Amino acid sequence: MTPRKVQPDKTWAALIGNPNSGKTAIFNLLTGLNQKVSNYPGVTVEKKIGKARSADGPSFDLLDLPGTYSLTPESIDERIVAEQVLSWIHGNKAPSVIVSVVDASNLSRNLYLTTQLADLGIPVVVALNMMDMVKDELEVDLDHLAAKLGVAAIIPMSATEKWGQAELLNAIKNSFNAEPTGDAPPFILNKNIEQILAPLETFLRNDLKYTHRLARAQSLRLVARKSTFDVYQNPSSNEGTFSEPLLESLQVLREEVVEKLAEKGEKHRIMEATLRYKWLDRVLSDAQITIDKKLEETNFSEKVDKILTHKWAGPVIFVALLTFIFQAIFSWATVPMDWIDNGVGWVGQQILRAVPTGMFRNLIVEGVVAGVGAILVFLPQIMILMFFMTVLEDFGYMARVAFMMDRFMTSIGLHGRSVLPLMSGYACAIPGIMSTRTIDSWKERLITILVLPLMSCSARLPVYALMIGTFIPAKKLLGAINLQGVILVCMYLLGTATAFVLAKVFSLFIKTQGRSSFIMELPPYRIPLWRSVFSQVLQRGKLFVVNAGKIIMAISIILWFLASFPEGDGKPTNENAILHSYAGKIGHTVEPIIKPLGFDWKLGVGLITSFAAREVLVSTMATIYNVQSDVDDIVQLKNAMRTDVDLKTGLPLYTPLVALALMVFFVYAAQCMATFAIVRNETNSWKWPLFMIVYMNILAYVGALLVFQGGRALGFS
Amino acid sequence: MTLYDLPDGEIGVVESFSGEMELQSRLVEMGILPGIRIRRIRTAPMNGPIELKVRDYHVSLRQEDAKNIIIDQ
Repeated sequence: MTPRKVQPDKTWAALIGNPNSGKTAIFNLLTGLNQKVSNYPGVTVEKKIGKARSADGPSFDLLDLPGTYSLTPESIDERIVAEQVLSWIHGNKAPSVIVSVVDASNLSRNLYLTTQLADLGIPVVVALNMMDMVKDELEVDLDHLAAKLGVAAIIPMSATEKWGQAELLNAIKNSFNAEPTGDAPPFILNKNIEQILAPLETFLRNDLKYTHRLARAQSLRLVARKSTFDVYQNPSSNEGTFSEPLLESLQVLREEVVEKLAEKGEKHRIMEATLRYKWLDRVLSDAQITIDKKLEETNFSEKVDKILTHKWAGPVIFVALLTFIFQAIFSWATVPMDWIDNGVGWVGQQILRAVPTGMFRNLIVEGVVAGVGAILVFLPQIMILMFFMTVLEDFGYMARVAFMMDRFMTSIGLHGRSVLPLMSGYACAIPGIMSTRTIDSWKERLITILVLPLMSCSARLPVYALMIGTFIPAKKLLGAINLQGVILVCMYLLGTATAFVLAKVFSLFIKTQGRSSFIMELPPYRIPLWRSVFSQVLQRGKLFVVNAGKIIMAISIILWFLASFPEGDGKPTNENAILHSYAGKIGHTVEPIIKPLGFDWKLGVGLITSFAAREVLVSTMATIYNVQSDVDDIVQLKNAMRTDVDLKTGLPLYTPLVALALMVFFVYAAQCMATFAIVRNETNSWKWPLFMIVYMNILAYVGALLVFQGGRALGFS
Repeated sequence: MTLYDLPDGEIGVVESFSGEMELQSRLVEMGILPGIRIRRIRTAPMNGPIELKVRDYHVSLRQEDAKNIIIDQ
């Protein structure tokens, strides 16, 4: 039987490379702004497709795949790549060319993946990136090396200095119709292993029509780890290509071969990597390339790390940096926040002036403008936080933070790599939960996800800011520290400390699958590419406005109706009207439950709506007070809340103690439903999101109850 | 001796692995295999993981895992 050649259905190319190889920079360089971002089906891994074209060729699609070290998957990102590659082998929309991105300053480890790609029967072009880092140290015959490795071309380039992309595009175009490399495996096995492996290899060649080269590589990967077999089982990637009996024979064969190898004392788990590296290292040394030429040298990054990861200076710098970032969020953002606030007020005024009095105008001004405006104000703070996170990540500092914090994090049941997701949680839990994918141990990843929503995200900020700004006096403590700021920091600390304690508790109860390790690359420090930083920050900002905007606009409109109807007994609008509205009725129904926390029916409505998104509490209060007011203007929410009184007792409805109880409630409560949808996706079951909703809301209720009742018992109000 | 015993700043050659196989597969895929030279760069604060230089890139590893890498100095 003749082995099947991979048939591309149309002309397109895929970009594959190690993490930190500059793959995304090359993708941006080749496609410019012509990109489309979506998610892979079923997982929240970004799938980026762009259009590229060489000077004299047709334009073609370019797919950017997640970074991976090997085709034997370990993390979720790596599984995505392995699934894609497998579906290509089996004829599902294979690319015409694979562009293998290689970091020239870290040649041998990057080429490991390249040689795995060269086995597939799809032409491979190597983008030899970061040539600016090695300068003239890599003066070798690249064409000769390309032939030895079995790739179509090796193109030296630098995405940072922006050169070589024309040559790369040209090489991609020239390889569209190239014959893939030969069918013979590049490295030979010893006779014993070859014999044991033979049934599996023959099966892959006969039943799945693999070339000899691919069958050898794939059977070595199958015996290395079960995860390779799991990729065959995943229905999303192969679209039902594999029948049950076929999968079963593959599994049986795999287990038999593994057993025989183990009997003979062969190290089947490391066989492929060992053989491949031995072969690759020989090819490189034949080409006069030394794989560890700079081992003795202390390079720039190592010098910087002497300070940034110093035994005691390192953690001090980290804490100082965090403090600085939080300071920046609150001080830098005030000016743009005032602009937005004034802008929203101006828009409301214009509509009031331009549109005749009536229901439509009320809906727009009281519902939409007041509601959306209350949220838009927080955009600057979110963008500032995202800016710092992106810069530190691109600079290479975040890997060092994980390195420094691993010991502490493991002591509380987490992982060094939990630090970045937890820090992202201060901005938004959703990207935080997605970034836990880099944690390779399931248990630690799960615990990170379970406690992550306790990190106060930016959606709580509007609530904290409103409560603190309205009810906490701007007193100076010890003549220097602002009391408002202290309360705010306390809310963040409360959430963080609780997350750490619960992580420890959960780690005692959750059973382990597999062992945790901390094999993590510490990439060289690099000056971030500003255009990439800004585009990431803008994207995040856009996402916030669009997603939050949609939910908030819908809720604001619904709420306006609920608060405005039924219109009461024909008397001019007054406080009683809203009391009898649908919103008032709903609020009064839940009031008995939240009364012990010091919350009234208005906060009750706010708590219900905030289950869609936390910040909606603020827009809800704004909408309720605006509907309630008979003045044709946008009501100042702070004043309205401060002067609101209990109709029965005449006492102020909201006090500093109520504000505190409400903030503690928001520190803990599971409210943002989008978060739990993501948790469902990432953990593949409803069990964990439901568990989170239950434990967080119990914590919220008990926490607020303790604050309010405890505070009252101590004589506070 | 093992990598755990190697002082910061010193170079050793990987001889073999002991213990957990699960860990070895990723190490070998990252190019850390018998015969390769590694330099131990530093130990993280609070006696945390160690940083290695191998094939001219930097990688971290926990100390208890370093005990499973047997080296020649």
